[in-house]
Amino acid sequence: MPEQPYEPEGAIAATGMGGAMDLAMSEAETLEKGPGDGNGPSDKPRSLWSDAWLDLRRNPVFIISSLVILFLVVISIWPSAIASGNPLKCDLANAQKGSAPGHPFGYDGQGCDVYTRTVYGARTSVTVGVCATLGVAILGSVLGGLAGFFGGIWDSVLSRITDVFFAIPVVLGGLVLLSVVTSSTVWPVIGFMVLLGWPQISRIARGSVITAKQNDYVQAARALGASNSRMLLRHITPNAVAPVIVVATIALGTYIALEATLSYLGVGLKPPTVSWGIDISSASVYVRNAPHALLWPSGALAVTVLAFIMLGDAVRDALDPKLR
Amino acid sequence: MGRYVIRRLLQMIPVFIGATLLIFLMVNVMGDPIAGLCGDRQCDPATAAQLRREFGLDKPVWQQYLTYMGNVFTGDFGTAFNGQKVTELMSTAFPVTIRLTIVAVLFEIVIGITLGVVTGLRRGKPIDTAVLLVTLVVISVPTFVTGLLLQLLLGVEWGWIKPSVSTDANFDELIVPGLVLASVSLAYVTRLTRTSIAENRRSDYVRTAVAKGLPRRRVITRHLLRNSLIPVVTFIGTDVGALMGGAIVTERIFNIHGVGYQLYQGILRQNTQTVVGFVTVLVLVFLVANLLVDLLYAVLDPRIRYA
Amino acid sequence: MTKEGPKSGPRGRGTRTGRQEVRYVRYRLILTGNGMELYGALNRRHSMRGATHVRWAACAVAVALAATACGGDDGDSDGGGSGSGDGSGVLSSSWGDPQNPLEPANTNEVQGGKVLDMVFRGLKRYDAKTGKANDMMAEKIETTDSQNFTITIKDGWKFSNGEAVTAKSFVDAWNYGASLKNNQKNAYFFGYIDGYDKAHPEDGSKQTADTLSGLKVTGTNTFTVKLNQKFSTFPDTLGYAAFSPLPQAFFTDHAAWLSKPVGNGPYAIKAYTKGSQMSLRKWDAYSGTDKAQNGGVDLKVYTDNNTAYTDLMAGNLDLVDDVPASQLTNVKADLGDRYINTPAGIIQTLAFPFYDKDWDKPGMEKVRTGLSRAINREQITETIFQKTRTPATDWTSPVLGEEGGYKEGLCGDACEYDPEEAKKLIEEGGGFPGGQVKISYNADTGSHKQWVDAVCNSVNNVLDNDKACVGNPIGTFADFRNQITQSKMSGPFRAGWQMDYPLIQNFLQPLYYTNASSNDGKWTNKEFDKLVDEANAETDQSKAVELFQQAEEVLRDDMGAIPLWYQNGSAGYSERLSNVALNPFSLPVYSEIKVS
Repeated sequence: MPEQPYEPEGAIAATGMGGAMDLAMSEAETLEKGPGDGNGPSDKPRSLWSDAWLDLRRNPVFIISSLVILFLVVISIWPSAIASGNPLKCDLANAQKGSAPGHPFGYDGQGCDVYTRTVYGARTSVTVGVCATLGVAILGSVLGGLAGFFGGIWDSVLSRITDVFFAIPVVLGGLVLLSVVTSSTVWPVIGFMVLLGWPQISRIARGSVITAKQNDYVQAARALGASNSRMLLRHITPNAVAPVIVVATIALGTYIALEATLSYLGVGLKPPTVSWGIDISSASVYVRNAPHALLWPSGALAVTVLAFIMLGDAVRDALDPKLR
Repeated sequence: MGRYVIRRLLQMIPVFIGATLLIFLMVNVMGDPIAGLCGDRQCDPATAAQLRREFGLDKPVWQQYLTYMGNVFTGDFGTAFNGQKVTELMSTAFPVTIRLTIVAVLFEIVIGITLGVVTGLRRGKPIDTAVLLVTLVVISVPTFVTGLLLQLLLGVEWGWIKPSVSTDANFDELIVPGLVLASVSLAYVTRLTRTSIAENRRSDYVRTAVAKGLPRRRVITRHLLRNSLIPVVTFIGTDVGALMGGAIVTERIFNIHGVGYQLYQGILRQNTQTVVGFVTVLVLVFLVANLLVDLLYAVLDPRIRYA
Repeated sequence: MTKEGPKSGPRGRGTRTGRQEVRYVRYRLILTGNGMELYGALNRRHSMRGATHVRWAACAVAVALAATACGGDDGDSDGGGSGSGDGSGVLSSSWGDPQNPLEPANTNEVQGGKVLDMVFRGLKRYDAKTGKANDMMAEKIETTDSQNFTITIKDGWKFSNGEAVTAKSFVDAWNYGASLKNNQKNAYFFGYIDGYDKAHPEDGSKQTADTLSGLKVTGTNTFTVKLNQKFSTFPDTLGYAAFSPLPQAFFTDHAAWLSKPVGNGPYAIKAYTKGSQMSLRKWDAYSGTDKAQNGGVDLKVYTDNNTAYTDLMAGNLDLVDDVPASQLTNVKADLGDRYINTPAGIIQTLAFPFYDKDWDKPGMEKVRTGLSRAINREQITETIFQKTRTPATDWTSPVLGEEGGYKEGLCGDACEYDPEEAKKLIEEGGGFPGGQVKISYNADTGSHKQWVDAVCNSVNNVLDNDKACVGNPIGTFADFRNQITQSKMSGPFRAGWQMDYPLIQNFLQPLYYTNASSNDGKWTNKEFDKLVDEANAETDQSKAVELFQQAEEVLRDDMGAIPLWYQNGSAGYSERLSNVALNPFSLPVYSEIKVS
C-alpha cells in the first residue's frame, strides 16, 4: 500500500472511515454542497449541530444535568446566596456533631459547618473541573489538530511526545509534581491536570482532524487553493470539534474526582482553600464517627461529576447518528 | 506485518527514552532526598555529602540520567535507600500487582460484559436506566471513598472479608481490592459493550440470523456478542497498563505490597531509583500492551492489514 | 462523533484507493489513572472467521481462572502460630518498612528501632516503666573524672549465632558506627568519644582514621573509653541502640548479616522478607534475665496504620502500637481495656525560623508568646487526640520525672490559653509578619493535618480573622526536612522530638543550643548556651537539673519554640494478648507480652 498516508498505530486514532467512504455517496454530497461558494462546507456542521440540539432538547437527561450544572455555576459565583455562614469559621467544641438547627448537615472533625463548606466547596471544584478541561481541550486539540493536519514529521514527533506523556500514570505524576508545590491556590493542581491530561484530547483531535481532512469537500477546497489556515478554521475545525467536546465534558467530571484523590494522597489543594476534595479526604478518616461529614461533600461531588458525565453522554448520543 | 512490528518497535525507543527522562526529571524536581533519611534531625554534613556521592546525586541531572539508563540496560536498576536492590523490590511487587490486575480484568470481563449485553439488549428499559445510573455513580465517586467504605463494611462491620491483604496476596484475598480497582473501568466496559451491542443489534447480519430462525440465545452469543466485543477487548488491553500503575490508592487502602505501594513509598522517600525503575517497567508494559492491542485488531478483524 | 457512520455500510472493497483496509478510530482517555474510556466508532461487519476473537477471550479467561486455582489455596497464615499460655504463642504486630538498612548505628526511626530493641541488648537498658538506665550487659562502668571510663561487661553472653559477646564486639561496633565511610546516620552519637573528628571529619576533609582513638580493648571483657570533654551522664546514654555490640559476622559477611541480622537479644530473626514481614522467634539460649515470655513476634508491614487498626479489629492482627488519630474517638468502644495510653518521651513543638528577620526582630517574642497563648491545647488534646496527648507546660517530658528535670508549669502563663491576652500580645508585637502565619508540616505521615488545622482554627477564632493562620502541608517528609535544613521556612513549623535517652539534656541541648544538630529554627541565645555548658560539667545531678531548668526559663522568655503537648504512646491489642505495655520510647515491651 504505497500511497497509504497514515498508519494505524499504537492507541492513536488512525484515519477513521474517510478512506473507506463510499465514492458515490461522497460525490453526491459534494455536489449538493456546492464546494465553491465557501458557505457550503459549513452547512454540514450546522445541520449536525442543529440536529443534535433538537435531539438534546427532548432528552430529559440533558435537561436535568444542565439544570444541575446551572445551579452549581450559580452557587459557585454566589455561594452566600444559599449559605449564610463562614466556611472557615470552625469551633472545635462542635467537632463531629450531627445536624443542629441552622446547621442541617452537622459539623466535621474540626467543628466546621458541613453545609457551608459543601456550598463553598462548589466554587473550587467547578473551577478545577472547568479550567483543567479548558486547558486540556485547548492544548490537546491544538497539538493533536496540528499533528493530524500537517501529518508527516510533525505528526510523528507530536505523536511520540503524546505517547511519552501518556505513558506516565496520572496519580503518580500528581504525587511527584504536586508534592513540591507550596502555593495554596488551585492553579498548580489545574496545571498538573493539563500537563498530564492533554494527550487524551490530542489523540482524539488528531484522529478526527485526519478524518475530516479526508472528506471530499475538504479535498475540494484544497484543490481550489484554500490556504492552510482557511482550511483549518473553516472546514476542518467545525467537523473535528464534536468528539473533543464530548470527551472533554466527560473528562471534566473525572478531573473533579481526581482532585479529591490528590487530596487523599496529601498533595491536593491546600487550606484555606475550601474544596470537596479536602473535605472528603479529611472526613474519610472519621467515617465511623461522623459519616455525615463524608456523606455530604461526597454526595455533592458525585452529583456534580454525574451531571457533567451525563451531559457529555447526552451530547455524545446526540452527535452520534448511529444511536438515533 | 513483520515490517509493521519492527517499525512500531523502533518507534517505542524515543517514547521509552522520553518517558523515562520525563519521570527522571520529575522526581529530580522533588529535590534532595538525603535530608529525609535522618529523621527529625539534620544529617551531619559529612555523611550527607558522602551519601549523595554514593547515590550519584552530586552529579548534574543529565549525567545521572545517562548513568542510570546505562545501568538499566545492563539489568541494574539501582538500590533503594534501605539497601535493597530495586530488581528485588520488583520481583516481589510485580507478581502481586499482576495478580491484582488479573482479578480486576476478570471483573471487567465477567461483570462488565454481562451488564453491557443485558443493557444493550434492553435499551431504554428500566434495567438499562438502573444500570446506567449505577455505572455513572461508580464513575463519579472517588476510588478511595469506595475502597474505604467497602473495607469498613465488608471487613469490619459484617466480617465477610479480611480487611487487609496478607503478604502472600493470594487471589481470594484480592477479590474486593480487585473489584474496587476495576470499578471505574468496569463501568466503562459496561457502557462500551452496551453501545456496541445496541449498535450491532440492528445490523444486517443479526437481522439475517434472526430471519434464519436461529434461537435468540445463539444469535446473541454467536453473532451479536462476537462482533461487539472488539472495542471492549481493545479497551481492556490498553487498560492493563493503567491498572498496574494506577493502583496506588487501592494498594494503600488494602495493604497490598505491590507496584503502587512501592511507587508511593519511593515518592515519599524521594527514592529516584525505585520510582524511575518501576515507571520504566510500567512504560514498557504500556508500550507493549498498546502494540499487542493494535496487532489484535488484525487478529480480530481480517479486514485489517498492517503495512 | 462519527458523522459519516451511516454511509459506512458493509464494505471492504471498491474504495477509492482500492485497498482492503479499514482504519479504525480509536479514542481513549486515561482519566484518573485507572479509569479509561474508549470511544470507538468501530465499523464492523459479520465475519465468518470471527470465531478467532471469542476463542481468544475464552483462553484469556481460562488462563486467568487456572491461575486463580493455582494460587487460591493459601492457608490461614495470619495471627502466627498457636499457643496456650505456655509461652510458645507467637503474636503478630504492625510494622512499617524501615527506612534504612537495619544496622544499629544507622537506624534512627521507630520502625527499625522496634527490631533492634528485640534483637539487641546493650550495656544499659532503660527501665520500661521508669526510664531509668539500668545495667544490662555492663558489669560495671567506672570513672573518676567524668571523662575516662572503664567498662566491664558481663561474662558468658552470646550472639544468637553462637559467637561470644566480648569487649571487642562493642569497640568494633562503635568504630564502625563512627567511621564516616560507613555512612551511619547515627554516627554523631559517638561524637563525644576522643578521635571522632579524625574518623568522622564534619567539615568534609578527608577521613584520617578508621577507628576512634578513645576506644581501647583492655581485656576480653573490658575496654576503656576516653571522651573529648567531661560528660557526667555518658553512661546513661549507653542504652541507645547505636551502642549495641556487633558479632564478627557483621563485618565478615555484611550482606548476609543485613538480610538476616544477628544480635544478642531475647529474640532471633527467623525470617525476614524485606518490605513485608519479619518473623522473630524466642531465642532459648538468650543470656539475659529478660527472656521472652512468648514464642515470638511476627512483624507485618502495613501500607497505612489505619489498615493495621482495621485488621486488629477484624481479628487478623494482635498488636497495633500506633493507633491512628482518626480512630481515637472509637478506640475505647472497639477495644475496651485492650487499649493502652501511656506517657512517652515525645514532645511536639512549633519551631520558628529565626534565620528569617521577620520572626527574629525585637518584639517578636511577644508575637510568639501570643501565638502560644492563642492555642487552646486543652481542647485540641481532648477533641483531636482524645487525651493521647497532654498539654505541655514545659519543654521536656513527664517521663523524666521530677528528679530527672521535668517541671510541670515551668512555662507558666505563656502556655495558658487566654484569647484576650493572646490578641493583645500579638498586636503589641506588631502582628504576624505579612499578616498571616503559615504552619508547615509534612502531609505524608503522622496525621499532622488534623492538629495543625485545629491550632489554626483556634488562632483564627482568637484573632477573629479567618486567614490569620493557615496550615501549609508539604508533600513529603524528605521535602519538609529539606526546607528546614536549607533554612527555607517562612513561618512556624512542626517540630517533634522523641528522646534518645531519658535525660533533660537530651530535650534541650540538641534542640536549642546554638547550631546544635536538631536546632531546626536556628534559635540562639548566649545565656542559654552558657547554662547548658555549666550543667553538662556539673557532676551533681540535682544541680545539673537545676541549671538545665534555668536554661529552659531563658528559652521560655524568648519563646524560642512553642511547646504544644506531650505525646503518649498508644497501642491496642487482641484478646489473645496480656501484659502488654509500652516503654517510655513508645515501643511495646515485646518480651513481656503473654500470648494465650
